[in-house]
Amino acid sequence: MLREQFAALDRDVGGSRLAYLDNASTTQRPEAVLEAITRFYRSSNANVHRGVHTLSVEATDAYEAARGRVARFLGADDPRAIVFVRGTTEAINLVANAFAPTVVGPGDEVLVSALEHHSNLVPWQMLCARTGAKLTVIPLDDRGDLVLDHFDRIDERTKIVAVSHVSNSLGTVNDVAAIVRAAKSVGAITVVDGAQAVGHQRVDVRALDCDFYAFSSHKMYGPMGIGALYARRALLESMPPWQGGGDMVNDVTFEATTYNEVPYRFEAGTPNVAGAVGLAAAMDFLDAASIDAVAAHERRLIEHTVAALRSLPNVRLIGAPRRRASAVSFVVEGVHPHDVGTVLDTHGIAVRAGHHCAQPAMEHFGVAATVRASFAMYNEVEEVDRMVAALEDVRGIFS
Amino acid sequence: MSDPRELYKATILAHERAPRNEGTLEQRTHHARGSNPLCGDRVDVDVRVVDDRIQSVRFVARGCAIAKASASIMTTIVDGRTVEEAKASAARLEALLERGNDERDEALGALLGVRSFPGRTRCATLAWTTLVEAFDADT
Repeated sequence: MLREQFAALDRDVGGSRLAYLDNASTTQRPEAVLEAITRFYRSSNANVHRGVHTLSVEATDAYEAARGRVARFLGADDPRAIVFVRGTTEAINLVANAFAPTVVGPGDEVLVSALEHHSNLVPWQMLCARTGAKLTVIPLDDRGDLVLDHFDRIDERTKIVAVSHVSNSLGTVNDVAAIVRAAKSVGAITVVDGAQAVGHQRVDVRALDCDFYAFSSHKMYGPMGIGALYARRALLESMPPWQGGGDMVNDVTFEATTYNEVPYRFEAGTPNVAGAVGLAAAMDFLDAASIDAVAAHERRLIEHTVAALRSLPNVRLIGAPRRRASAVSFVVEGVHPHDVGTVLDTHGIAVRAGHHCAQPAMEHFGVAATVRASFAMYNEVEEVDRMVAALEDVRGIFS
Repeated sequence: MSDPRELYKATILAHERAPRNEGTLEQRTHHARGSNPLCGDRVDVDVRVVDDRIQSVRFVARGCAIAKASASIMTTIVDGRTVEEAKASAARLEALLERGNDERDEALGALLGVRSFPGRTRCATLAWTTLVEAFDADT
């Protein structure tokens, strides 16, 4: 059984079986991932790229094999296009701090979307404040889809287009390939936040044709504290280093330092080797489960959830995107999402209540917060039905 | 598991539905805005203090039932009290909501259901910490 692979799912919360519907925040991790991490620490633990001794060689091999695994999983043809980072946020900050200043200057524009998580918004605001560039926004329509006609109005002043693959708050699946084509027509560089896409659908960075693609391991069954940035090799080569330290240099004197080759130039300090090993194990696990089967399963869960919530008179769905993945946002009329979340928790149902770090998207729909149910491969229709039943209890308490 | 009805007592729901002292004060002497960045809850507190005594107090809250009810209950407790007494009540609530504390308190009683829901403590204290901030700020 798939669920048995996830020990955390086998617990009670408040006397009910846990229904974990907060996967867009972070997923649970299967035994295979936990085992891979433990195995590394137990048998091959050593620092990488440093020692000539056996353990260091094994650790380096494991770390570099993980890099290759990530490259294959994303459809990248070259492991050197993969930079290990702490997660999506650090990946975007790396691009905004190291690469972006080489192409963005005063009067230029950085285009984001109204759906973005704060992690794909604030780094660009900070960049604009530093460089004198202007932040512009792809608007949302009433369904919660991006208004792609906006691209008819951009020109060569737009240097960077930063957009999420899948919205963490509404579940909107953006047509990234079309956005990349439009961005390219004005010569803009594309940065894709894939945090909610990787692990939920097949991602092929070459088919998307984007310049940068960022994701986090912990949202796709891997450990916390690791993620990766895919970057077109030529862009990585042109990108100056960001953080300085060990492993990112070739030769250091007090007068001058020469930097290591890519991607190591961007991985200063001892990396999260066990994290990379765990991430690779999560990708093996996903491939064994078949990413297409996972995507189909989650699509059924979403369709069931949307239909069930529509049937409740006091529930309003937030957003009705044409293509939706992973998450459904809603409000219970007259009841604050936090209060809904607390009542659901007493039924053992874990959902997220709040603004999901996507305040502009919330504002678009005139709400400060929503309840969000978000899914993973191990969720079951029965869990959705329990959530819907518990919403009756919410109505009972607050009516 | 804790019964959600322990948290959403009748008093809390009554204050949420019909809040006391909701609004703003034109002749306020102190004001502060408090927010909880985690959930987007926000409360504005206006106070008019004359000779160190609270002559009137108003609030506008955007947030959950607990945050709104706590603000409303707060205004009924501190109205007419001295600044020191109001600060003492705020400190008392905070102490009562600390883990393991099972003391009773008549005035703050309805808010103590939050004890079984530690994730919601800040919802209950938001208005109170904002009031204390208001005393330390000007209009």
